[in-house]
Amino acid sequence: MVTTSEIQVEAETEELLEKKSVFFHLKTFWRQQPLGAIGGVIVLLMIAMAIFAPFLAPYDPELNAFEFMLVPPDWQFFLGTDQFGRDMLSRLIYGARTALFVGFTAAFIGAFTGLVLGVGSAYFGGKIDIIFQRIMDVFMAFPLIIMALAVVAVLGPGIENVIIAITIPFIPQCARVVRSTALSIREIPYIDAARALGYSHIRIILRHMAPNVMAPFLIMLTAFVGQAILLEASLSYLGLGVQEPTPAWGLMLQGGAEEYVESAPWVAIWPGIAISLAVFGFNLFGDAIRDMLDPRLRSQ
Amino acid sequence: MSMENTIKSSDSDVLVQVKNLKMHFPITEGALIPQVVGHVKAVDGVSFDIRRGETLGLVGESGCGKTTTGRCILQLEKATSGNILYDSVNLGQLDRIGMMPLRQRIQVIFQDPFSSLNPRMKIGEIIAEPMHVHNIEADNRAREKRVLELLSVCGLNPKFADRYPHEMSGGQRQRVGIARALAVRPEFIICDEAVSALDVSIQAQVINLLEDLRDEFNLTYLFIAHDLSVVRHLCHRVAVMYLGKMVELADCDELYDNPIHPYTKALLSAVPIPDPTIEKGRKHQMVKGEIPSPINPPSGCVFHPRCISATDGCSKAIPEFREVKPGHWVACTEV
Repeated sequence: MVTTSEIQVEAETEELLEKKSVFFHLKTFWRQQPLGAIGGVIVLLMIAMAIFAPFLAPYDPELNAFEFMLVPPDWQFFLGTDQFGRDMLSRLIYGARTALFVGFTAAFIGAFTGLVLGVGSAYFGGKIDIIFQRIMDVFMAFPLIIMALAVVAVLGPGIENVIIAITIPFIPQCARVVRSTALSIREIPYIDAARALGYSHIRIILRHMAPNVMAPFLIMLTAFVGQAILLEASLSYLGLGVQEPTPAWGLMLQGGAEEYVESAPWVAIWPGIAISLAVFGFNLFGDAIRDMLDPRLRSQ
Repeated sequence: MSMENTIKSSDSDVLVQVKNLKMHFPITEGALIPQVVGHVKAVDGVSFDIRRGETLGLVGESGCGKTTTGRCILQLEKATSGNILYDSVNLGQLDRIGMMPLRQRIQVIFQDPFSSLNPRMKIGEIIAEPMHVHNIEADNRAREKRVLELLSVCGLNPKFADRYPHEMSGGQRQRVGIARALAVRPEFIICDEAVSALDVSIQAQVINLLEDLRDEFNLTYLFIAHDLSVVRHLCHRVAVMYLGKMVELADCDELYDNPIHPYTKALLSAVPIPDPTIEKGRKHQMVKGEIPSPINPPSGCVFHPRCISATDGCSKAIPEFREVKPGHWVACTEV
């Protein structure tokens, strides 16, 4: 019964929080989770950068200017230029678009599919659950990057295929976590009440069970965004992800790291910092959300 | 099947008939390929019927299978064997779709008011949803109006419709649970320990509400409880269960005044009398030992290891559930 009451406490506290003003909410968040707030700021800055890229970027990110190849950072090019004379700052700003687009799309599709499958597996139970879990085990046996590599190898590179490749390994991860919470929810009487009232399976799964596994689900979701950004960069770096000339951080790293690491280190340093900061930001934010939603950690 | 034959429903006003119901939960071992190593015999051959408009009390100590019996009638558990006839329809043979019209007629009120309501839904939504699913009150306005009506019928301020369950007290939530059950206009309600989680003063209020609703909507109750005084107050007939079996069934007053089965006698003598002088002089009949495991119940009469009047024969022959007086059924060979 411990889990039952915890789930209820979680739900109740969240609803209590909703009543307070947004400003109060933010202030408490800042005080209780300063690191999480920093993560949140990084995430917000990235989103702003992606949205307002055309206004922020000083140059066209795909414009080759061979008279300005490998210019070190100066007043004209704040972060320098790469081997094709493209402005690093503009490419970084536009790269946020690619990173966030891939990150959010893959994380949301993967997490939501995992949510429905995980809750469904827990709800139906029995043989369906066992078979489903074994299939998930097979998927989980592959490391994330290997799985993504295999998918891209089959489908070919390109941004849509990268998203698919990143989404597929996320589904079993989310399904596994969500299922364990959903298993305890299935035993709570309101699910029995729903069954006694003759509600359809889909109604029970989506309306009665899924909203009550939101706490672990949200944590998975934020963690997935960071992971997806990292995976997208890795795939692009390996040449299996986003293709030139689209600005993407992993791609910029690939162009810069090997050949110019000594002669023009800025070509590799800036996208590296961008990737690290983005993943760092999302992870901090996700951790903070987990702490806020977990009543055991919150009281400390 | 002697039991099935002896309990025949001569009268046509029988609403629910439970015939030799068995619910054995398998115990499995092994993570990858689970193997059944035994069964928990939660309900092991229970037969009774419930007449239209009556309140049947089902009592017994924890783990005796009262709740499982209720869940089997609701078809929340698929019974291992035995039949449940509702208005002559065999519930076990119905699929989901076939069960739908009956889901509307059979409803349930749960024990724990804190976990029987979805914490993410407003009270109004909780009560309106069953109407939506069963197409009662097709348009939204009529449905909303009925939600408010139901709330006031159950003694709640209609403004509660916009609240969440956690904003209410236990008694109020239990009233919401009752309103939700009533939303589909049922004729039969299973009250699964409906008042045992509440304060004594709130218990009295909810019991009175259940009584009022019974008269107002012509309801039939199966009242599952372990509080014998509550059962006496509310029920017409009472059935006593022990370790998955029914030991005694009689009219309420008959059972309380003339208990026949040794287990019922012990159970009733455990109820304190609110008068110290009588209580002091009263001879308590204690039951020795612990309740045996339902995985491996005792042979013969399941109560014999703890029974004060047990004889050698009790461990061998399974006692027949027989009518010793008109309307008074007992499963004991020694009386």
